[in-house]
Order: sequence, then structure tokens, then C-alpha cells
Amino acid sequence: MTMLSIEKLNVWFGTGRDRVDAVKAASFDVGAGESFGLVGESGSGKSTILRAITGLAPTWSGRITVDGRAIERTRPRAFYKQVQMVFQDPYASLHPRHSVDAVLGETLQLHGFKDIDARVVRLLDDVGLGQKFRFRYPHQLSGGQRQRVAIARALAPEPQLLLLDEPTSALDVSVQAEILNLLADLRQEHGLTYLMVSHDLSVVGHMCDRLAVMKDGEIVEIMNVAALRAMQATHPYSQHLLQASV
Amino acid sequence: MAERTLRQWLLTDTPTSRRHAKLSALYQGWLAFRSNTMAMVGLCILLALVLIAMAAPLLAPHDPFVQNLGNRLAPLGSEGHLLGTDSLGRDILSRLIYGARITLYIVALVALIAPVVGLLVGTVSGYVGGWVDIVLMRITDIFLAFPRLVLALAFVAALGAGIENAVIAISLTAWPPYARIARAETLTIRSSDYISAIKLQGAGGLRIITKHIWPLCISSLIVRVTLDMAGIILAAAGLGFLGLGAQPPSPEWGAMISEGRRFILDHWWVATMPGLAIFIVSLAFNLLGDGLRDVLDPKAGE
Repeated sequence: MTMLSIEKLNVWFGTGRDRVDAVKAASFDVGAGESFGLVGESGSGKSTILRAITGLAPTWSGRITVDGRAIERTRPRAFYKQVQMVFQDPYASLHPRHSVDAVLGETLQLHGFKDIDARVVRLLDDVGLGQKFRFRYPHQLSGGQRQRVAIARALAPEPQLLLLDEPTSALDVSVQAEILNLLADLRQEHGLTYLMVSHDLSVVGHMCDRLAVMKDGEIVEIMNVAALRAMQATHPYSQHLLQASV
Repeated sequence: MAERTLRQWLLTDTPTSRRHAKLSALYQGWLAFRSNTMAMVGLCILLALVLIAMAAPLLAPHDPFVQNLGNRLAPLGSEGHLLGTDSLGRDILSRLIYGARITLYIVALVALIAPVVGLLVGTVSGYVGGWVDIVLMRITDIFLAFPRLVLALAFVAALGAGIENAVIAISLTAWPPYARIARAETLTIRSSDYISAIKLQGAGGLRIITKHIWPLCISSLIVRVTLDMAGIILAAAGLGFLGLGAQPPSPEWGAMISEGRRFILDHWWVATMPGLAIFIVSLAFNLLGDGLRDVLDPKAGE
């Protein structure tokens, strides 16, 4: 069963002569419970695909289907209960004047939950932050702790599909491993589907089942992780990428 | 010992409740503010001004309106009149003390009107964008293009002289810079990840503007307002000086200077004393604004 299906997705910014085509005719499917990676160098359009799915990049054409339902231009609140996103930079994705409690509480309130207090407690436990972090402000947290809060916020609506935009690239190497393990555990516990963007092939090799290689807004190859580990890429660009990452 | 533990409770890194976290953040801001000596001087002067205004009937040695033509233009330090008397024999010290009420009244009203209008216009303009932005910003440009005092003069001329109309006139000319600041801040905030994140929770524009953008704009506006207060007091005094603000016999400081102007060569204190009062209060607001900027500016902190 497919959780997310993308067909001939084009995303562009600007109009006329300023128009930049960030994603060109991208197509791929992500099965329910699968973890799918998008790799490629900076500016290859990987993050743009995530932003198009969530509606943060409004100019797109093609067909995006989530759990069998095609996405309209304006997304209903039910959509955001199903699809959530974790941003790249935990230093930029938390409101500097809102405490952890306020961030999670507001998210839960927006999704219409009633037992907000109990859920905040449970979310903090889920992401491995104790209760002592509940009333802290972002400046009182480390990068890894902030990213855990961001993950808790994304988990709050109990989504099925989690979009991960290089969730560890802004973190220290030791913290990266912790966050990746947390994400892997959460996926097992909650039966989540991941669509993960990364430029780090080892991260994708660790986290994903299949991956798509992107170059200049186009998907050049879709392969599974076994092929990645065996260095068996067919497209010359993916071969080049594999060579470079050894 | 109890004080020591209260301090630790306030400075903790692990607040245990919403109230605790808020109090702790406030206390840390207060500590940063307190370490700025000049800002504390400004705050003390303004607190003193508020106390003087509140206790005016107790503090003033004379009735500010009672005339004594036999004792007009008495010099500084004459008996019973520490700061002398004006051209109608009224005690200048008493008039200054009662004038503090008028000054505070003007300052408070302008501070309530101008930044609020500016914040509304600026954040809506910056967040919504498109033609709303264009229309609101062109209106702002039109107001900005007029010299402040001239526009205030025109409003007072149209509405009639008086303190309330002077306040409205000053507010109408004071809001455009706040709208500009709020819009510029909103433009940088609206594309940030934490705004994207709350959009992904299905939040609407009203919630994003009031709960996520306002808290970040307000601190720089507060700083700007305190720094502008000196200018507002001077504008009010200027209107009073031109006879378009507070009307005699009201002891407004600008109007007092205007009265004293006729005798400025022979009886300098009549115009100088209210001038000094305006100077001190303006300076206090500037010092306070500088200190607040150090505490509140999110770019400087953290």
C-alpha cells in the first residue's frame, strides 16, 4: 500500500524571466511504513519537494497523493494531522519566546485535543526529554534538545507520514547519532512512514529502505539501500556521488 | 537565607511551572536592566515623576492657578517661592508639579495610540503582503512625507486647540515609523522556520500575527517608543508653545515656556525652569530606552 505518491511534480519560484524550476517532473512512491530517502547536493530540489507536499511552496503542478487522497491547493486541517515535518535547523524552527510547554500545548490545541497536559508529558517522554525540560525556553536548550522538541511537535498530531528535512545536519556528530536512533525507534513504535532528505549517504544508508538520487531538480535514479551499500548505481551521477562519499 | 533561595528559585534553569518560567525570565531581564546604571537613573527619574504627579496636591506649596500680581516675576529662592513666580505671580514650582500630570497624560495617551496603530498596520501589511501591503504602505508614506509638527498643526487647526486634540494630532503623526519597523520585522519573521512550523499545524493568519509575530515585534517597538518619548514631549511642548496645545491657565510646560519668552532677557528663570523640566524628563526617557534596548532586543541578547 502506498502512503505517498508523487507524479510528475514540478515546482518553480518566480515568474517570467525570473522563473527558477526547482523540481522537474519528479515521480516516486513511498509505501506505508517505509522509510524513503532523497539525496543530492545542495540546490538539487530535495527540500523543495517536501515544501511542495506541505504547501509551503505554493507554486507546483503534477499530482501528490497522500494515503490515496489527492492534495488540493488549500490543505484542510485534517491533512496536517496526517503529514508533519521536522525542519533542518533546530535553532530556527522554535519560536524564541515560546517555552517548550507553549509550543507543544498550542500544537495540541490547534489539532483539537482535550487532554493537553497529559499529552505534553507523554510527548516529552516519547522523545527522551524529561519533565524538567517542559517549561524551558529554546535558549535554555542545546541543539539536540531543541531538535527533540521539534520532533515532539511533529509527533503531536499523531501523523502517519513524517517529512524529515536534513534533521541532523545542523547538529554535532555525537548528537546526530542520538537523534537518528530516536527517529528510528519512533518509527517502529508509532508505525510511521518517513520521507527523509539528506546529503549524507551514510545517514540515508542507516535510516532508509529505498532512496532517490536528485540532480538539478530531476530524479536521476531510484535504488534500494542494498544497492547503495554494494555501490551498484546505474546512473553516472549516482556512481559519482557514491564514489565521493566513500 | 530565604532571600538566597528565592534568588536561586528565580535563576533556575529548570522551571517547574508556567508561572515559574515567566517569573524567571522576567527576573533575568530585570537583572540585565539593573546592571545598566544610566538606565536605572532614567527609570528612577520617571518613577519620581509619576509619584510627583500623583501627589501633586500634597507636594505643591501653592495653588498653581492663584495669581498674586503684587509678587510677580519673583526671582529664584525668594521667600515661599523656591523657583520664583511667573508674570502673573503664580508659583513656578507648583505649576511644574501640576504640569507633570499633563505631561504624563500626553505621554501615556500617545504611547497607547501610536505604537498600537503602527503595530497593527505594520504586521498586517508585512504578513498579508500583496495589494494590502501596497495600499497600507502608501498611506504610511503619505503620513511620513509631512513634517510632524506641521501635520500636527493642521490637525489641531482643524479640530480646535486643546490637550486631547494635541494628543490625537501627535499620535496621527507618530505611528508611521512604528508601522515601518513592525513591517520590516514581520518580513524577516514570516519566512522563518518557526512560522512555517505553526502553519503546518493549520494555524490561521490571525493566530500567527497575534501570537507569533507580535511578541517578537513588541520589544523593539517598546524600545523605539521610549526613545521617541522625548520627541513626543517636545512636540507637545511645541504645540503648547505655539498656543495650539494646552490652553492657559493650564500649567503645561511648553505653554509655560511660551509665557516666559516675553521676559527671557530680564527674568530668565520663568522660561528656563519648565525648559529644564522638559529636558530632564526627555533625557530620562532616552536613558530608559537605551537600557530597555539592551534587555529586550532579541538580536542583542542570547
